[in-house]
Amino acid sequence: MTARATLDRRELLTLGAAMAGTGLVVGIARPRPAGAQGAPPPFAPDAFIRVGADGVVTVVIGYSEMGQGISTALPMLVAEELEVDAATIRVEQAPADMRYANPLFGLQGTGGSTTVRAMHEPMRRAGAAAREMLAAAAAEAMGLPRDQLVVRGGTVAHEASGRRMSYGQLAAAAGRRPVPQNVALKPPSAWRVLGRPQRRLDAAAKVRGQATFGIDVRLPGLLTAVVARCPVFGGTVTGFDAARARRVPGVRHVVQLPAGVAVVADGYWAAKKGRDALTVRWDEGATAALTSAALSARYAELAQQSGRVAKNEGDADAALRDAARRHEAIFEVPYLAHATMEPMNCTAHVRADAVEVWAPTQFQTSTQQTAAQIAGLPPAAVQVHTTYLGGGFGRRAELDFVDDAVRLSKEVRAPVKVVYTREDDIQHDMYRPATYTVMRAGLGTDGLPTAWWARVVGASIFARFFPQMFNGMDESSVEGLTEHGYGIPNQHVEWVRHESGVPVGFWRSVGNTQNAFIKECFVDELAQLAGQDPVAYRRTLLAGHPRLLGVLNAAAERAGWGSSLPAGRARGVAVHESFGSFVAEVAEVSIEGDAPVVHRVVCAADVGTVVNPLTVEAQMESAIVYGLSAALRGEITIDRGRVVQSNFHDYQPLRMHEMPRVEVHLVPSTNNPGGVGEPGTPPIAPAVCNALFALTGRRIRRLPIRPEDLRRA
Amino acid sequence: MPVYSLTVNGRPRRVTVASDTPLLWVLRDTLALTGVKFGCGAGLCGACTVHLDGAAVRSCSTPITAAAGKRVTTIEGLHPQGEHAVQRAWIEEDVVQCGYCQTGQIMSAAALLAQAPHPSDADIDAAMTGNICRCGTYQRVRRAIHRAAQMGGRAAGGAP
Repeated sequence: MTARATLDRRELLTLGAAMAGTGLVVGIARPRPAGAQGAPPPFAPDAFIRVGADGVVTVVIGYSEMGQGISTALPMLVAEELEVDAATIRVEQAPADMRYANPLFGLQGTGGSTTVRAMHEPMRRAGAAAREMLAAAAAEAMGLPRDQLVVRGGTVAHEASGRRMSYGQLAAAAGRRPVPQNVALKPPSAWRVLGRPQRRLDAAAKVRGQATFGIDVRLPGLLTAVVARCPVFGGTVTGFDAARARRVPGVRHVVQLPAGVAVVADGYWAAKKGRDALTVRWDEGATAALTSAALSARYAELAQQSGRVAKNEGDADAALRDAARRHEAIFEVPYLAHATMEPMNCTAHVRADAVEVWAPTQFQTSTQQTAAQIAGLPPAAVQVHTTYLGGGFGRRAELDFVDDAVRLSKEVRAPVKVVYTREDDIQHDMYRPATYTVMRAGLGTDGLPTAWWARVVGASIFARFFPQMFNGMDESSVEGLTEHGYGIPNQHVEWVRHESGVPVGFWRSVGNTQNAFIKECFVDELAQLAGQDPVAYRRTLLAGHPRLLGVLNAAAERAGWGSSLPAGRARGVAVHESFGSFVAEVAEVSIEGDAPVVHRVVCAADVGTVVNPLTVEAQMESAIVYGLSAALRGEITIDRGRVVQSNFHDYQPLRMHEMPRVEVHLVPSTNNPGGVGEPGTPPIAPAVCNALFALTGRRIRRLPIRPEDLRRA
Repeated sequence: MPVYSLTVNGRPRRVTVASDTPLLWVLRDTLALTGVKFGCGAGLCGACTVHLDGAAVRSCSTPITAAAGKRVTTIEGLHPQGEHAVQRAWIEEDVVQCGYCQTGQIMSAAALLAQAPHPSDADIDAAMTGNICRCGTYQRVRRAIHRAAQMGGRAAGGAP
């Protein structure tokens, strides 16, 4: 998700508290919408912090843990102010409830690398309020003034007398106290948790096989469904023969859905065999003739037309006309599947008056709304249980799996888990858009660009995902090309929308994935035309952008930019801003046979104030591998309206033996926290392609990297 | 449907399933051992890795007929307290992210260490290349295997 909305400080969360059982409960409530009547609602037991009579601190998180580490980061934010060891905090997943709405979306959801950005201050405020309530309760019990008490390690102590009370002893009394609204937060100089390495709180469960992912949900009487989906996007069922499917032992129901025909059985294997035994007749619809080659040709035609203007500064056309030199290059990128390790799935149980959904979802609010609509019940009647997500990367912002599960449970009147096969998962995704982009630049006599011109042809994610918000311009299509930090006086960027029938969605770092590749490869070409070193050239252009310049310099220095390498090796660089963070990467590559080999990646990241350096490093490594898999091999191609690839033999993520050495350097920063999950992905493809150019003299202008693009020029 | 006997995590089990059922679904759906993960159904990703008579196999591509009469160890049975050297090393190196593939990674690593107590990087590449991780934890997986080896990964383990 692009975080187009900005965090409105006036909307900042207010604090409140209430009793729940015997303990203290502190929550963060969003202000009621303007015009709402009456007093604020009382706090329910699903608030953000609970301190039990046993002294156990529970942090309730309204966001989804998909590997990015928020179930460690959010407790750390609380721990800092509440003066407890983060490792002792119990984490609980919140239900779907607008009190947990992400302030950047206005929905409860996880995406756009927003969680820590949105919750950095509110979680600390909740922790500080809880601490002061506990301290006030202790002051009252001891008959001492608050300022003579020290709060540390889950106790409130009077050091002079040695008297101390534990949080468990204080919880009930603290819960009866008013919630302080303006507790000063600790200054960063006093932090003892934030900015320090903290191992993940979910690690033990995950290495023991005890973590429950969506696919692991078990319920009494649970049935499993596998769905035959039209191989062509947009196709519909015209008829089916289920006789053979019904003969498979364990098959209970065959149900037609909007998405296709589902076989519902006692377990996965019977459902899968039943699904494979179905004969379904399809109306393949308007996309049945589509091929990747035809789409590319269509894009090339459309690139001759003008598009909707996304940015216009100065007069790029005039500057191009008057330039000492002009340069043009065309870039193409393919569709990409997400291929999370856990295939899509969802479990639902629809009863007459209530629905429960167990979902590995990034969007609780939309999950709840979708289930309510299908069940014909109000959203409040739908309880959403968010499980661990076996990878998200944007795929689990979608609702297709929720839709299937709720419809099936409603139809067969039993709890149903729908499971995608890996083939279903790869062939029925919402893909990173394929795009075709024309880049033009004019250079002055000093070699520096005077004009920057881009025309992107591609589909819109937002028009499908947020149709009510779509105003004709999808900023995610051009993000990274419009705002890049390079000081160029005349800039023009436009977008030609074309919907091929292949659905497109959010893919780790969204438009930045392809646009950083295009921008950073193109800038590298300009440096070459100018006869300048790629790092030196960027330094000149980034003179007005200290944070991009800072990571560029850090990466170049740590990578030994300019120092000699063994024969057959070369370096390439790229730098990019996304999701409020700044990342530069230097890749060291060689070519073995006809394939690129990436030996080392040096990453410098300025993500603002760091919550957990271990997580930031892990996310940079992760984002680099994700982007590298795409650059080296990632490609979804279309033939007769169908996805050609089907499993990990022909859609091949990076494997252990291909893993480069990745070194992550965090550039110290006191700025507000930036995103962490996505910003490491955009620079890797261009860094690798620029390094390959240094070896071969050939520019790579399409992804994935092909053997024929590696032959020496 | 036929009945099959096998030993799972040290316990004799009898299961009544279709003869073409992959061991993966016997473990997950029949025996509720959901630490074993479904990733690809085709032996391509390693998420479903378990030990069959001590050797790492892809349970999604191992029919129940091939497991009958044999010893199966899943992540749940790797160590009685979940503290096999590989599991401890995984925590110390902060390996996991989403965690979905990690039980398969750990089973592959434990089988490797049972064969090669001090594996080289090349040994690790060979043993682990069948286990895909979309979170890209490979660098930490490698470090954790070396660490487990230093901890005496073989001796400290439960059933290999």
